Amino acid sequence: MIPKRRYALAGPALRCAGAFSFAACLLFLLGGLHGCSRDGGSNAEPEPVGGPPLVRRLTESQYRATVADIFSPDIGIPARFERGFRVEGLLAIGTSESGMSPFSIEQYDSAALSVARAALAADQRDRILPCAPPSESEFDQSCTRSFVTKYGLLLWRRPLTDEETDNFVELAQQGFSQLGNYYEGLQYALVGLMVAPEFLLRIERTEPDPDHPGLERLDAWSRATRLSYFLTNSTPDAELLRAAGAGELDTADGLARQADRLIASAEFPAAVRAFFEDMLQFDQFGDLAKDPVIYPAFNSTVAADAREQTLLTITEQLIDRNGDYRDLFTTRDTWLTRALGIVYRVPVATRHGWEKARFAQDSEYAGIQTNIAFLALHSHPGRSSPTLRGKAIREVFLCQEVPPPPPNVNFSVVQNPSSTNMPTARDRLEAHRTEPSCAGCHRIMDPLGLTLENFDGLGTFRTRENAAVIDPSGSLDGVDFNTARGLAQALHDHPETPRCLVEKMYRFAVGRDTVWDERSYMDYLTNAFAVDRYRVPQLMRTIALSRNFYAISPPASPDDSYQHAGIQPAEGDTYE
Amino acid sequence: MSKMPRRTFLRGAMRGAAVGVALPLLNCFLNENGRAFAATGQRLPLRFGTWIWGCGHIPELWIPTTTGSDYVMPPHLAPLEPYRGQLAIFSGFDVKLDGVANKPHITGCLGLRSGIPVPDENVKAPTLDVLIGDAIGTGTRFRSIEVSTSGIQRSYSYRTAGSPNPSEVSPLALYQRIFGDGFQDPNSMEFHPDPQYMVHHSVLSAVQEERKRLMATVGAEDRHRLDEYFTSIRQLEQQLALQLQPPAPVQDFVMPDAPPQVTLDSEMENVMVIHKLMAGLLARALQCNQTRVFNVLLSDTTSNLRRRGTTTTHHTLTHEEPVDPALGHQREVAWFAQQSMIAWREFLDELASIPEGDGTLLDNCLVLAHSDCSIAKAHAVEGIPVMVAGASGRIRTGYHMAGNADPISRLGLTIQQAMGLQVEKWGTMSMETNRTVTELLG
Repeated sequence: MIPKRRYALAGPALRCAGAFSFAACLLFLLGGLHGCSRDGGSNAEPEPVGGPPLVRRLTESQYRATVADIFSPDIGIPARFERGFRVEGLLAIGTSESGMSPFSIEQYDSAALSVARAALAADQRDRILPCAPPSESEFDQSCTRSFVTKYGLLLWRRPLTDEETDNFVELAQQGFSQLGNYYEGLQYALVGLMVAPEFLLRIERTEPDPDHPGLERLDAWSRATRLSYFLTNSTPDAELLRAAGAGELDTADGLARQADRLIASAEFPAAVRAFFEDMLQFDQFGDLAKDPVIYPAFNSTVAADAREQTLLTITEQLIDRNGDYRDLFTTRDTWLTRALGIVYRVPVATRHGWEKARFAQDSEYAGIQTNIAFLALHSHPGRSSPTLRGKAIREVFLCQEVPPPPPNVNFSVVQNPSSTNMPTARDRLEAHRTEPSCAGCHRIMDPLGLTLENFDGLGTFRTRENAAVIDPSGSLDGVDFNTARGLAQALHDHPETPRCLVEKMYRFAVGRDTVWDERSYMDYLTNAFAVDRYRVPQLMRTIALSRNFYAISPPASPDDSYQHAGIQPAEGDTYE
Repeated sequence: MSKMPRRTFLRGAMRGAAVGVALPLLNCFLNENGRAFAATGQRLPLRFGTWIWGCGHIPELWIPTTTGSDYVMPPHLAPLEPYRGQLAIFSGFDVKLDGVANKPHITGCLGLRSGIPVPDENVKAPTLDVLIGDAIGTGTRFRSIEVSTSGIQRSYSYRTAGSPNPSEVSPLALYQRIFGDGFQDPNSMEFHPDPQYMVHHSVLSAVQEERKRLMATVGAEDRHRLDEYFTSIRQLEQQLALQLQPPAPVQDFVMPDAPPQVTLDSEMENVMVIHKLMAGLLARALQCNQTRVFNVLLSDTTSNLRRRGTTTTHHTLTHEEPVDPALGHQREVAWFAQQSMIAWREFLDELASIPEGDGTLLDNCLVLAHSDCSIAKAHAVEGIPVMVAGASGRIRTGYHMAGNADPISRLGLTIQQAMGLQVEKWGTMSMETNRTVTELLG
């Protein structure tokens, strides 16, 4: 059993048991657990707090990007990666908590083998090897050593020790003597490097902090690794490794030079995508199924395109236009394929591939929360779900945790969905409001979700359900609206919207939940985000250059607040 | 690595020519009564598996009205009549919550499997399939195999929180994993160990040489995770070591055909097809010693099963469908509950269709079937339905037993004991028990 890392400060939890009044709930929501706002004029980073050094598992996309960067983007990786582990709303946090099952090692091993074979295949080896061995039937000690030194550094994100280098050279030699071929021996040295924990796990290392005697700080290689995976979702490149080795990351200027270089690089959009894929829970696409009779337009192309549509919208708005994050909730600009056009009922001229599009001014499609990727993911296979959608808006975009339903609820008051007495979801959910044990939480979720009822379980606009006209009126924390456009504006204007993005981005960057003492740092980031007019690349830069991002907290005492095993509501849901 | 590493025992074997390694082989032929290998006197191995279905049962259609061996098969158990003698039915055993919040469909399932109720997926102890796998599953190519047949990648097999042993959801992927690359036909007349496996094996051994050094560099929590990593590496090393030995011949083994491409979703008709295909592959894998431990998830515990063209899943129906006044229960929910028992019967059919010794594979498998709750509408974890099948001659079956609200950990304890584990008590707080179900051990 792994004791869980839990922190005192989670996102504001929603208290919505029946005993709480809606007003009390609302106050709690808006009050949140935040520290005092600082005044925007003197926004300086507070003293760093930091956290423990972590051992983070590479995600599937990081693994793939890393291999592509080190060897070649053309190398296929035919492995089936085990699903990520979501903690506190993010897979990124799960990477520092999850273990490794025999299945995943089996998959990593076969991935390593196929990468090693491809990288050292006859048509690749000249490019990959730093030297030219005389013949494949001879063992070249010095070439092997330079190969292991080069790829050891790239794969392990730090230089190998002499002893480690010796070990891998010996493995190659042993392989050569058994297989009779130099490159085959080398292959197995590479497999060894790639199934080692130092490759699969980002094992952070510390060193004494010269500025704060008695405290530790991340060593340069670990700093480079944090920076690189945060800003490129991939491994440190040669230049970053050089800078780390030269001690340049220890200075503010050197760090800024590298961060700016990475933000300007072609890999930066991949990091933004990785963050939003995690935040928007796109791993759930793996299980997405729709009933073919009810939603004949749905197929795997629609699913893949829907996911890509939202990501394209995000990267265009945030990177290409360097636009305001909050406009993601109101934007009509989007990207479409023919398959998506069928669901949105919008003509798409381009036969194959993507075209830029804009939803009509009077259309209810506005913002990424009206994309298929959001609407279909938070629905049932055969119908929409105001509750799931409302819950997702609260948790994904506002960082407000909705408690799980009480186990012993009498659901019998909720009737059959095809019942003629209760044709619409609103009619059916009305029953929840009369049941005290349900009412508290459903009041938090349903008014948001009901406004999205004009979109069916796949995302197609509709005005009626079971022949009855849908009433899409709803509200969000005191703001009333009666269209999805109204919800879009309310989300755009909600004070928690930017703060939530900041908190998730920081947790994503460090791979752990925030601690109580970091609340003034969170205020600092949130203020900086506002000053920078809600530009996400700038926020990522602020994080990457902050001292807190690299800070290591003093060694945990046994009763340290983040060492205790807390009880948290788990991921997943059983709301309908 | 200036000295010869302790674990790289294949070092020096040249180009595959020499395989001079002592091999703990199961030699070859069965004795006259068919229960043991003649050469070694070793009994046919007893395998262990779990089979989970979601959303419980409808008590009046599932629980026999009497206990003992002469019970009348209730309607939903009727498909299992042919297995009456090889089946023990347990009703009325509870997961005791001790104040732990009941996370619907999770707490009951993991409480039953780990002996400790948890308010979420963060198990506090390994699930019993893992405990049993540690005892019986270390000598096979796969320590265990998990499958999920309703298109959803879920698993309730955990060594530690955060890394469930993931389920295969596609019959074809399952086939390729077991019978594709690296599979050795046990009845092939020739055996040529591939020298690549030897080198590969030494690589994994070398990785493990670093264990101690690495463990010293990380904190206590991460040591547990690294430990799990090294356990998994050891398992893989074991797999490769097996590739260097001629496989033990297996009587009546027939290489299965690759399964067809099928629709992977939760629509009941598709699920029945996927389940049958995967059950058949699993049975073959067990027969030829690829694994001794398995976990099958028919439907997720929050049952995602559905009928084509309907708006609601099995789980949603349990909460929303009105009781049919004429029947006295929810008609649609009953249909899914009944289909689940038909699938269970089909699972047993696959095990029983493979002859082994003087019986069938089922006689050498102990299968624990269970759900996550009793009455899904209320998420009740009292009286979770449980069945134990197979293992003829090693456990006692053929009856219905009422648990009278005993902790359900009594069953988990007894099953571990039946599988040969030296365990005297299991579970925590109200679930802690040392009371073996003697009726089962016989």
